[in-house]
Amino acid sequence: MNESAFLLGQVFNGFSVASLFILAALGLALSFGLMRVINMAHGEMLMLGGYLAYMTLQVVPGPFGILAALPVAFLGAALLGAVLELTVIHRLSARPLDTLLATWGVSLVLQQAARNLFGAIGVEVTAPTWMDHTVSVNSGFLAGMDLPDTRIFILLIAALVLGALAALLNKTRLGLYVRAVNQDRATAAAMGVNARLIDLLVFSLGTGVAGMAGVILALLGPVTPTVGQSYIVPAFLVVILGGLGSLVGTTIASIIVGLFTALIEIFVDVSVAQVLLLVFVILFIQIRPQGIITVRTRALEG
Amino acid sequence: MAMKKFGFAAALLAGTILAGHTAAWADGTVKVGVLQSLSGTMAISEVPLEDAELLAIDQLNAKGGVLGKKIVPIVEDGASDPSTFAQKATKLIEEDKVVTVFGGWTSASRKAMLPVFQKFDNLLWYPVQFEGNECSPNIMYSGAQPNQQALPALAWAESKGYKKYFLLGSDYVYPRTANLILKKHIAHDGMTLSGEEYVPLGGTDFSSVIAEIQQAKPDIIINTLNGDSNVSFFKQMAAAGLTPDKLPVMSFSIAEPEAKAMGPSLLAGSYTSWNYFQSLPGAANAAFVSAYKAKYGAGSVVDDPMVHGYEDVMIWADAVKKAGSFNPTKVRDAAVTLGFVESPLGKVKFADNQSMVQTAYIGKLQPDGQFKIIWSSPGPITPQPYDPLTFPGKSCTIPH
Repeated sequence: MNESAFLLGQVFNGFSVASLFILAALGLALSFGLMRVINMAHGEMLMLGGYLAYMTLQVVPGPFGILAALPVAFLGAALLGAVLELTVIHRLSARPLDTLLATWGVSLVLQQAARNLFGAIGVEVTAPTWMDHTVSVNSGFLAGMDLPDTRIFILLIAALVLGALAALLNKTRLGLYVRAVNQDRATAAAMGVNARLIDLLVFSLGTGVAGMAGVILALLGPVTPTVGQSYIVPAFLVVILGGLGSLVGTTIASIIVGLFTALIEIFVDVSVAQVLLLVFVILFIQIRPQGIITVRTRALEG
Repeated sequence: MAMKKFGFAAALLAGTILAGHTAAWADGTVKVGVLQSLSGTMAISEVPLEDAELLAIDQLNAKGGVLGKKIVPIVEDGASDPSTFAQKATKLIEEDKVVTVFGGWTSASRKAMLPVFQKFDNLLWYPVQFEGNECSPNIMYSGAQPNQQALPALAWAESKGYKKYFLLGSDYVYPRTANLILKKHIAHDGMTLSGEEYVPLGGTDFSSVIAEIQQAKPDIIINTLNGDSNVSFFKQMAAAGLTPDKLPVMSFSIAEPEAKAMGPSLLAGSYTSWNYFQSLPGAANAAFVSAYKAKYGAGSVVDDPMVHGYEDVMIWADAVKKAGSFNPTKVRDAAVTLGFVESPLGKVKFADNQSMVQTAYIGKLQPDGQFKIIWSSPGPITPQPYDPLTFPGKSCTIPH
């Protein structure tokens, strides 16, 4: 493989990592943007998505099981999100620190539930055979570059989800309500927007997206009771870097983080790259505490 | 009030049962500690190990205990946290007055417990392969030293004609030290090191590592990743078209349970090096496997650290009998003079340096999740805590 193919391969890997971060972090950004809720159980929604993928594949084996798993995981995680919102988060909405603690508790409960139901060792989700190939470049200056189908699939899913969310927020009446509540909850409510319902919908939407992310992650990694924990820290990282509550910011931050790690890993170890990434984020937040995109909202000003 | 009465009755009842119990054992009981992670990230591996240790204690008690005493295991949870291991080890020795402790998995947990066992001059039986470079009279190291797992694996790979080696590991003391030793030997044997990468424990993204591997084009990868990271690594290798039959991988931390959990189809054809495989022949192993399955379910699998944990308990009992005492110093002195015993691992014994003399095997993973043994060392290998090439001038001598 020549240098330019390797470099471009790393750029592709960067986008691939970014697409995972986007899917993992979108839900967090949504619920924080609207409700100022930090959902510590968000990682467990990814975990739930992984287990739902496993169960779907038991029912629908065949090559397209994974496609069936996406909506199943979305609905399952959205449903659990709705229950969580109604029973815990809504009741603690005036006390953000208590939400943090309560959702952390929920996360522990969900992990233990998965451990009891499926065992501590985890379950196996295998990528279907139609994803087994790689797109290889055999000639020209990019000769030797291999793009695995799984990674291309994940990029596509991330782009689709992002596009659908953008359309929902910017082109529909529901999106208008969401933006209104986001900017000024009291005024929106005074204008007749059911802010309570919007909260519930957006929170469920966020957890649903996380459930889909869980299916995607199952193609690349393990499905274990604690799998959510390995993605929750980078997810918080991109949400903070992107500017709390901003979807555009989260997307840009994911791409920056993905490219930063992929390119720096050309020179250093993965573990050193993580250290450098954290240093980079700390410096960035020092210079620009509000993150990449500033969200103008009364809630954050207060 | 009713609760109080009930509590009193329960205490009375318990007292009677306890009294009845001790009556059956004329010479009383002796307490031993079993200290593994029953919660946290290491629970996956350590719970089965605890099960194996308890099985050995059950079997000893069924045969009349040791020196006429019933062995009572005091089980504590190290919670995958080194400082908890140290704290629980102190509790076991000081409060429970255990005569010895079986436990530990990660090198971090062992290093945290070491000062405790030295302070109280007690004895820890450590059952997991590790990086060597340590020598304490208060630990019996039954897991493989580097010259019983890593170096035999390298020797095997060299004999197969592999020349370019890529080292990949989780970023902590075991992979770093094992690779330090391997690099010395790779250079010494005139082979090429085509790359070396470390990923944080629990790391899930291997895209860059795989790109490095594709560019370096090694003949074989030597993999010291631990835990879940292996699943991510093998899945992403498969996605990149690098299945074990195209690019061989030799792993040091994947045994039967991990293979079962990760899906044998993903790993089929990859190699691993251990001192025990479930598929080993021999009556001792057959008896162990069937006893384990009888107690913990027909679907359960056993692996190298579990068998070491089991055999540690058995050898401890033999040493106690030989010493005629539970005193840790006398027990460890007796343990190194026992000579070879038949075990599920084959013939093993403890050397003067308190590490186990044992055979190394290379297994190739089959689609059914079991390993086919394709190579074994000519005989049991004498353990070397300090690799002479990497740590020249250092040696491990424990006075007995």
